[in-house]
Amino acid sequence: MSQPPQFTITTATNITTLCLSGRLDTKGVAAVWQRVTIAVGRAKSPTLIINLGEVDYMDMAGAAFISHLKNLDHNGTAKERSQVNGLKSAYTPLLVLAEKTDIKPAITNHLSPHSFVEQTGKNVADFLYDAKTFISFIGELIFAMVSSLKAPKNIRWGETFLMAERAGVDALPIVGLISFIVGLVMAFQAAIPMKMFGAELYVANLIGIATVRELGPLMTAIVLAGRSASAFAAEIGTMKINEEIDALTVMGMDPVKFLILPRVIALTMVTPLLTIFANLVGILGGAVVILSLGYPLVAYYNQVVNFVTWQDFTGGIIKCFVFGVLIAATGCIRGYQTQMGSSAVGQSTTRAVVSSIVLIAVFDGIFSIMYYYMGV
Amino acid sequence: MKQTAIEVKNLSAGYNNQAIMENLCFEILSGEIFVILGGSGCGKSTVLKHMIGLIPPVTGKIIIHGQDMVTAQGKTKNSLLQKIGVAFQNGALFGSMTVLENVMLPLKEYTDLPMDAIETIARVKLGLVDLEQGAFLLPDELSGGMRKRAAIARAMALDPSILFLDEPSAGLDPLTSAGLDKLIMDLRASLGITFVIVTHELESILAIADRTIMLEKQTKGIIATGPPKQLKQDKSNPYVYNFFNRNLELRNIKNDPKS
Ligand SMILES: Nc1ncnc2c1ncn2[C@@H]1O[C@H](COP(=O)(O)OP(=O)(O)OP(=O)(O)O)[C@@H](O)[C@H]1O
Ligand SMILES: [Mg+2]
Repeated sequence: MSQPPQFTITTATNITTLCLSGRLDTKGVAAVWQRVTIAVGRAKSPTLIINLGEVDYMDMAGAAFISHLKNLDHNGTAKERSQVNGLKSAYTPLLVLAEKTDIKPAITNHLSPHSFVEQTGKNVADFLYDAKTFISFIGELIFAMVSSLKAPKNIRWGETFLMAERAGVDALPIVGLISFIVGLVMAFQAAIPMKMFGAELYVANLIGIATVRELGPLMTAIVLAGRSASAFAAEIGTMKINEEIDALTVMGMDPVKFLILPRVIALTMVTPLLTIFANLVGILGGAVVILSLGYPLVAYYNQVVNFVTWQDFTGGIIKCFVFGVLIAATGCIRGYQTQMGSSAVGQSTTRAVVSSIVLIAVFDGIFSIMYYYMGV
Repeated sequence: MKQTAIEVKNLSAGYNNQAIMENLCFEILSGEIFVILGGSGCGKSTVLKHMIGLIPPVTGKIIIHGQDMVTAQGKTKNSLLQKIGVAFQNGALFGSMTVLENVMLPLKEYTDLPMDAIETIARVKLGLVDLEQGAFLLPDELSGGMRKRAAIARAMALDPSILFLDEPSAGLDPLTSAGLDKLIMDLRASLGITFVIVTHELESILAIADRTIMLEKQTKGIIATGPPKQLKQDKSNPYVYNFFNRNLELRNIKNDPKS
């Protein structure tokens, strides 16, 4: 360990003399920066003489430090009244380079935090702006979807099926696992109180209706939000920062049609299919519990089939189409909104997952209310 | 008298309504090799992006082949876009496709050619930039210079009448760079393509450019126009003179922006 640089300050009438010694490298400067700055500031004399005769080594950090000291507030006349003595000639160019930059203390001002009110206002304005762009984007998307339905051969089916495979088929294991466990755990938890009334078999009703109407669609949607919305946002976000989107645009290919539509169509197709799978596996999870309680599988099957209606089932599936559009659109729009830089892609991905889960929750609520009034 | 290919009228270039270049006016003739010059970060790429209709200018008009690029929409804009080819500064190749597929994409989208014809044409374009070997590589597997050349090949895919190249020779070795210059000259000679090029390669500018404009940050405008050989000799504006003669000292003395 080398010794930190030493300094002494002497103040005579109107003249402060600062003597530095040792190594003025990044480490050394770090050790004395604050103390010297305070001491020189405190001296308050108009002329500062910096004596560097004892300095054995100086790098760019040291030069910046000296330049900073010379610039310290002496009523704006710092530069003229400050003087550097004894610097080894080898280091003079460093100091000249460092002094090329005007270090104004004002630069750090923009770091000052906003007040609470300011920040809140800004957040609200940001939120409203975000909502506006989101809605207009959805509008653009619907327009593109309708116009491409008129000419379905213009849709890039190859890409669409590839996306459907990645978002759908590849998601089967995780959707299956989660649904199975949720079905199993729920049945198990419900079986304990039901058993007190000797009504274990009615667990089947509970599992059936809850899975088909709510849990199946919701679990699938949330898994897709985590898997696909994030993937879409990252893919499109990366394309954005690589200027690939710009390249598409100047080739006259509409990015919405080219990139976003295939993803939205793919997800709209696979969400209901995955949900059907999730429903079956969830109910299967319940079956395991019922079997372990000593009932035959047929009893469970009959109970579920007699209780759950086609209406329940279709109600759940219809929701899924909407969830599919929402998840894909959110993923794509967040990706599309990516600013510059690679950390921006991470932010977009996070925003995609959060926004789509929020939207799923909101729309699930809307559907519940709608179904209630429709008597479904 | 040659026809005007591009007309830039009172263009204020910038982002988010903040102009970084103000009131630019210039014309580019058909078949001309036109170079946009200027210090790093002064707004050359931005001006280029306005010219290709990628971002709307703060104010002003861009007229390409008699049609307004800024207000054009739908079919008009699409047909306008098919007449231009753009090679971006960092390539902007589609990362999920091989080089060959990148070049084939515009052909697939806009022509009814059979697939084998498309592939042949795309390989010929890759050959023009000496990239036949890399046809089946992904953009990530290319070197910086190869990526540049792939982007140029893609820009030429549809045989555009105007080619915009943003720093095409940056990162190329002198031989490849000279080869690119020759390619540009040849294409102009045989097809009459108009080139709008942003570049810093003084040698290549002097060799191929018919006319250049030079942008400058401080004045937010054009500080010199004319044939490069003439600008190199012209001592009336020290910044321009120093730029062309790579002269650092003189700039600091005579045209230090701070003084
Ligand atoms: N997306 C953007 N949003 C806001 N400002 C930008 C954006 N892109 C670039 N700028 C700013 O515009 C200015 C000009 O950038 P531009 O890329 O046009 O420079 P350039 O002349 O092409 O430089 P170079 O020679 O280094 O490529 C820069 O100051 C840059 O900070
Ligand atoms: Mg640029």
